[in-house]
Amino acid sequence: MTALTDDTLPATPRAMRDEIIVFVIMALMLAAVPFTGIYPFFVMQALCFALVACAFNLLIGYGGLLSFGHAMFLGTAGYCSAHALKVWGLEPLLGVLVGTAAACALAVITGYISIRRQGIYFAMITLALSQLLYFIYLQTPFTHGEDGIQGIPQGMMLGFLDLSKPTVLYYVVLAGFLAGFLLIFRTINSPFGEVLKSIRENEQRAISLGYKTDQYKLLAFILSGTIAGFAGALKVFVAQNASLTDVHWTMSGEIVLMTLIGGLGTVFGPVVGAFVIIAMQQYLAGYGQWVTVIQGAIFVSCVLLFRRGLIGEIAHLLKRSL
Amino acid sequence: MKTRFIASLLLTTALTVAAAGHASADDKVVKIGSLSDQSGLYADLGGPGSTLAAQMAIEDSGLTGKGWKIDLISGDHQNKPDVGANLARQWIDVDKVDAIVDVPNSGVALAVNNVVKEKNSIMLNSGAGTSDLTNAQCTPNTIHWTYDTYTLAHGTGSALAKAGGDTWFFLTADYAFGAAIERDTTAAVEAAGGKVLGGVKHPLNTSDFSSFLLQAQASKAKVIGLANAGGDSTNAIKQAAEFGISSGGQKLAALLLFITDVHSLGLNTAQGLSFTETFYWDTNDQTRAFSKRFQERMKNHSMPTMVHAGVYASLLHYFKTLEALGGNPHDGAKVVAKMKELPTDDPLFGKGSIEPNGRTIHPAYLFEVKKPAESKGPWDYYKLVATIPANEAFTPLDKSTCPLLKK
Amino acid sequence: MQALYAQLLVGLINGSFYALLSLGLAVIFGMLNIINFAHGALYMMGAFCAYFLLNLGGLGYWWALIIAPIIVGIFGMILERTLLKWLTGLDHLYGLLLTFGIALIVQGIFQNYFGSSGLPYAIPDELKGGTNLGFMFLPIYRGWVVIFSLVVCIATWFLIEKTRLGAYLRAATENPTLVRAFGINVPRMITLTYGLGVGLAALAGVLSAPINQVRPLMGADLIIVVFAVVVIGGMGSIMGSILTGFALGVIEGLTKYFYPEASNTVVFVLMVLVLLVKPTGLTGRAT
Repeated sequence: MTALTDDTLPATPRAMRDEIIVFVIMALMLAAVPFTGIYPFFVMQALCFALVACAFNLLIGYGGLLSFGHAMFLGTAGYCSAHALKVWGLEPLLGVLVGTAAACALAVITGYISIRRQGIYFAMITLALSQLLYFIYLQTPFTHGEDGIQGIPQGMMLGFLDLSKPTVLYYVVLAGFLAGFLLIFRTINSPFGEVLKSIRENEQRAISLGYKTDQYKLLAFILSGTIAGFAGALKVFVAQNASLTDVHWTMSGEIVLMTLIGGLGTVFGPVVGAFVIIAMQQYLAGYGQWVTVIQGAIFVSCVLLFRRGLIGEIAHLLKRSL
Repeated sequence: MKTRFIASLLLTTALTVAAAGHASADDKVVKIGSLSDQSGLYADLGGPGSTLAAQMAIEDSGLTGKGWKIDLISGDHQNKPDVGANLARQWIDVDKVDAIVDVPNSGVALAVNNVVKEKNSIMLNSGAGTSDLTNAQCTPNTIHWTYDTYTLAHGTGSALAKAGGDTWFFLTADYAFGAAIERDTTAAVEAAGGKVLGGVKHPLNTSDFSSFLLQAQASKAKVIGLANAGGDSTNAIKQAAEFGISSGGQKLAALLLFITDVHSLGLNTAQGLSFTETFYWDTNDQTRAFSKRFQERMKNHSMPTMVHAGVYASLLHYFKTLEALGGNPHDGAKVVAKMKELPTDDPLFGKGSIEPNGRTIHPAYLFEVKKPAESKGPWDYYKLVATIPANEAFTPLDKSTCPLLKK
Repeated sequence: MQALYAQLLVGLINGSFYALLSLGLAVIFGMLNIINFAHGALYMMGAFCAYFLLNLGGLGYWWALIIAPIIVGIFGMILERTLLKWLTGLDHLYGLLLTFGIALIVQGIFQNYFGSSGLPYAIPDELKGGTNLGFMFLPIYRGWVVIFSLVVCIATWFLIEKTRLGAYLRAATENPTLVRAFGINVPRMITLTYGLGVGLAALAGVLSAPINQVRPLMGADLIIVVFAVVVIGGMGSIMGSILTGFALGVIEGLTKYFYPEASNTVVFVLMVLVLLVKPTGLTGRAT
């Protein structure tokens, strides 16, 4: 790797300060959830998806690469964790690590294949790879195909955290989310992140400055896939099942939607987007497929009118970095 | 149906909020959830019809007149186990549902089975087929109504094998139900002296069976067993006719078929098919009376399938049990244990009982689809070929692998 | 051996659908640089159109073959005029996302009104029955599908590559300003091209209605395979898509015979391989 710039401060101290303030507010609000009447299961699901969306956003918002196959990381980690927990009987933390490691390995392989191409071809390759994995998972016995892996035990994490209690589980998931989020936040505001942004803006110029852009993109891809996998492993605890829905390309589409509605390239956009979409699915569940129609309408309006997304528009109005 | 659902949802929400401070001791409040496939390939055999059957059971039980408050909500599991499990969990946690009924699709049923056991709720399953629900996966919280893959295998499978169909090839839907019925039918065929030459698995919700049917033809098996249900079965049957399967001397065995499937196929295509069911609307005066009431209220005016009948019967028995207990203890295992104690008796299935492993016992019937000339009107589709007595129609207790039975 | 031929023939039938659909996609991408994710939904609309023409208008299959593509084509042109037009000049990815959203809307609406299970559509009487080819019993309708798709594919290729109208279309997308300077109405050409692509999708839908049931999601999973076909054949190449479509159907048929478990994945494996070695596809031009 070429020499990194010595400037280790973020672009503007003020932007960093804004983002940290919002982060603290967000963490406090989320920590208070068990004391409000909100169904914790719903928030936990939203948190897992928020983390996946943040991971996806790292790739598109800061790396300029639209991956239409992120479901493969979610699903792979989910299945591997589920298998580790149910069949191998591993302790919860180890189970999560197994899932994350599986997603990381997958990211290395698929990243190596996909990074060679950009733009639309990159999106198509990730879509094809994800669909390839879907069909593989459909056939392999350990996933139980259409039935999925059910009844995953919640167990005791680290020997003392009883995950079958909703409140304990909630705080564990929240901790996981905040850890993942901070990792992404740190990556975006690091020299590595700056180089990524420059590659997104003008790859040729970055190459001419001496950066090996492919390596940076690959690293971003691996990081994005691993964190998405980590979120998928957490989700398995929450839902207690791992199924084909998590690997299907429509799940990738939902991840794109969450980030789009929240704001591509914003720090908090994906989190907001995930909560909006999950809330919509939850509370409009009685309306059947109108949810799909609404999601499609949101896609269309976001692409045509609100390309910056919710948080992006707010940030633009307030002239702050969010 | 949707306005009723929304209205009942709003009403229940309001009442739940009002009743939030209620004591958790025995009360006369019951909430039922009808979880089904509302719009997919099993929507006709369960779906909105099951919600209607549940509604009719609530009305016919007479409990609302005796001061009980009974609410009904319905949901769509979309044939996805994770959606079904999440919905069941939410219904039990947030909406305080006491019993979940119907749940067709064996994969979803097994997933909900787990959730219901964990949360000490109740599942009265009338829609799913897998015999695992009363064998390896049995729980003290689930009762399996209507039929299971053992019934179908020992009804249709044995009958066809004994009648000369001694080599079989399976077209199996690749999920829990398909695997279960293939397994049970294989056992029945081999017990009758037949042989299974092979099989092919197809994804759930397949629309084009051409390549699978070609493989079935190539196997030269005398019987092609359709180990699938609903839309998959009807598509396979239609396309088998298109590819001239029967002209090659092979017979189609529809292992699970409902009256709604025969209706959508039409008698021309479906004539001669034989299969096992446990309820037919035209059996006696009581079934005819119920079916007529059902048909009038159904949006598409279809007759009740055995799944709908099962929802009705299971709920009637549930309410009878609650009345015997004097109140709703909101304790799933306790109510189910009491349900197993009381014998069942309803206008649709007649007298029967519930085994300790959660299996309801009553006779089953082998039907054959009439030729168009033999049918006197719409929905007059079946002729009775044989009656299978209750003790032969379901897994004998000594062969059951249910862990609850082991002392 | 007989079983192999039978599977190959079935593969060829599937290949016809791949070819027709990828033809429409290739036309739209080659001419407009739009990745039309809505193609599957429009295919489905064609099938539903045929269903409605029969059940509401009493117009049979033969009428549907002509009318349905026109109706859906007009719908496509309206879409292009109102929505897609705003994306000219933007990154391709926005086109992908926009058409993905359109697909969700269309499929969701149909699912709400018609459920997810299929509506029946009968094979037209003239095409019922089958012939015994010796190695398999071929339903006449399926043979018709292969022949008709071949004819349509060749006709479209001819239209675009060999006629003057086709020349205008190709020129208009390569250098719109220059073509406009010649007095040709470029936006109208673009709209018409989109309509043509959409019409081809709808035609495939009508063809498929008697075989697969008419279902709201019938295009959703098919579209991913069709993307793979177009990418392998070359994103803008008409002949490439046609050939790849048929070839892929046959390859799938072969796989179903030798190694059935891989039949779903072979398309994607091929696509990944092609993208790594020759990203513009087998016969594509660089964009």
